[in-house]
Amino acid sequence: MFMRNAVSIFVTAAGVVALNVASIGLAAEAPANPVALGSAISEAQLADWDLIVAPDGQNLPEGSGTAAQGQAVYQQQCAACHGAAGEGASGSPALVGGSVSTTPPLLTVGSYWPHASTLFDYVRRAMPPTAPKSLSNTEVYQVTAYVLHLHGVIAEDFVLDKNTLPAVQMPNREGFTDVSGN
Amino acid sequence: MDSKHNPEYVAGNGLIHRRHLLGLGLAGIGSIAAGSALGADTGMLSIPAWSKTPGNGPSDYGAPSPFAADVKRLAGGPSATAPGSGVSRTPLHLLRGTITPNSLHFERHHSGVPVIDPAQHRFVIHGLVRQALSFSYEDLLAYPMVSQIYFLECSGNSGANTVATAGDTNAAAIHGLLSCAEWTGVRLSTLLAEAGVTDTAAWITATGADAASMGRSIPLSKALDDVIIALYQNGEPIRPEQGYPMRLFVPGWEGNVSVKWLTQIKVADAPAHFRDETSKYTDLLPDGKSLQFTYPMGVKSVITSPSGQMKLLRQGIHEITGVAWSGHGAIRRVEISADSGRTWADAHIEAGQQHLALARFRLPWQWSGAPAILQSRATDSRNNVQPGRDIWMAGYNPANRYHYNAIQSWSVSAQGDVKNVYA
Repeated sequence: MFMRNAVSIFVTAAGVVALNVASIGLAAEAPANPVALGSAISEAQLADWDLIVAPDGQNLPEGSGTAAQGQAVYQQQCAACHGAAGEGASGSPALVGGSVSTTPPLLTVGSYWPHASTLFDYVRRAMPPTAPKSLSNTEVYQVTAYVLHLHGVIAEDFVLDKNTLPAVQMPNREGFTDVSGN
Repeated sequence: MDSKHNPEYVAGNGLIHRRHLLGLGLAGIGSIAAGSALGADTGMLSIPAWSKTPGNGPSDYGAPSPFAADVKRLAGGPSATAPGSGVSRTPLHLLRGTITPNSLHFERHHSGVPVIDPAQHRFVIHGLVRQALSFSYEDLLAYPMVSQIYFLECSGNSGANTVATAGDTNAAAIHGLLSCAEWTGVRLSTLLAEAGVTDTAAWITATGADAASMGRSIPLSKALDDVIIALYQNGEPIRPEQGYPMRLFVPGWEGNVSVKWLTQIKVADAPAHFRDETSKYTDLLPDGKSLQFTYPMGVKSVITSPSGQMKLLRQGIHEITGVAWSGHGAIRRVEISADSGRTWADAHIEAGQQHLALARFRLPWQWSGAPAILQSRATDSRNNVQPGRDIWMAGYNPANRYHYNAIQSWSVSAQGDVKNVYA
């Protein structure tokens, strides 16, 4: 590093040209991004930390579950708020049934959500509200299958796993228009 | 005509030209104000007790006057089923500038406010990048920063006025999921450049470190444009309820995408379709279809005084004032009507940063004591004009509560009572 005189010229509001000379230190070849403090980390290190499951299902974990297996998980973890059959209650949304075209519409996982991946993703990261992230991946597969089955999206013995989940067709899959322009 | 002594009426029901605010002040129209002036202050003026005894010394963190103790957020009660979930609203009708004090910034939490030790917090950029990177809070503090004033508005703000019957509530209850602050932080583009976004990248997917791990997807083009990772709010470290130690800040867009307690940005080729961009924050149309990723907040304004549940105590001159904003740019014009939209007058807009920030508007009004309907209508720098309620409602399913930006109507009764109405 060496010292260099930086000279700038600017015009004041009164129209007077002024010179500003300052002695500052400049790197001989400044990098485009002078501060680079990020520490390298590998995707393998993030395997248990990255919970994002998009519709492509690429980040779905190992494990599997069926609706039949999920019923017990649902009754234990979900039913107190969402109702014994997913009908919802005050303060907790219905999960199944309903329609976008009734007056008023009833927007549920079954009638509204366009992707099954969202149900897996949301349950794993945020449910149950009193103890988020307390369910095992297997339990998340099971209870996801159960909710989808309650709405008739999949059969009771359908095995939900990282291969089958992305292919599940939600009833309202074509109900959304992406207006992001992206 | 001598405008110093005779107000220049510019629209129906007592609206006076904005030039009366400039330099003249309301004293310039004192001849009409005098007729309704408060009673004379009779008797001898005495020196008050607080002028005769020393007050408290300096303190380590300031607090409002006990006489201003009612200037508080309108906070909802605790959720019975979702601990920590809920909102508190900015008391817009009790504030008079454009900057929201940090203690009064609105809140929306999906699983409460986490207590995060910045020394243990990590922010990770990964996915479609040449090198995944982890940053500590101390790392980010060392980067070049920018400071900008931006509004933040919840997508569900004002949704109360989409219901069939106008609720008898105040401006905070209806429009208080709106705040404006100076946000200081690191440009996200700087950090994305360090990680090296790959050619197939088109979106970022961001999550917070709260118990809900709330997530949103944002187009890469916006992420590289003006998005920052905010570390300071009005000059001090951002508050826990705003995302301490760091939040994403996405200027002009619905508040929910400015992910708080930011811990993860996964660069991707497609959106993640999180719950809060599918089940929620999507806008239902009359035909049952929905719009998804409706990010920018529409051009909007609201009169904050006089506003709902206030009472005008005297006839004569009142200043109509409020705030206007647009997620598409700057506010170029605010018009005021006192006769339910029959005639309009241009309000004075205070100078200051206008781009994606709150603008404060004002206009003098001579209240004759007759019933009136007060409205404001904003126009932004892209020539978007705030719609009337009927027009807005016709565009959506009646059940939609998001992105309501229609004109607010406040009725003033002959008794001076101000109420929320649909007009």
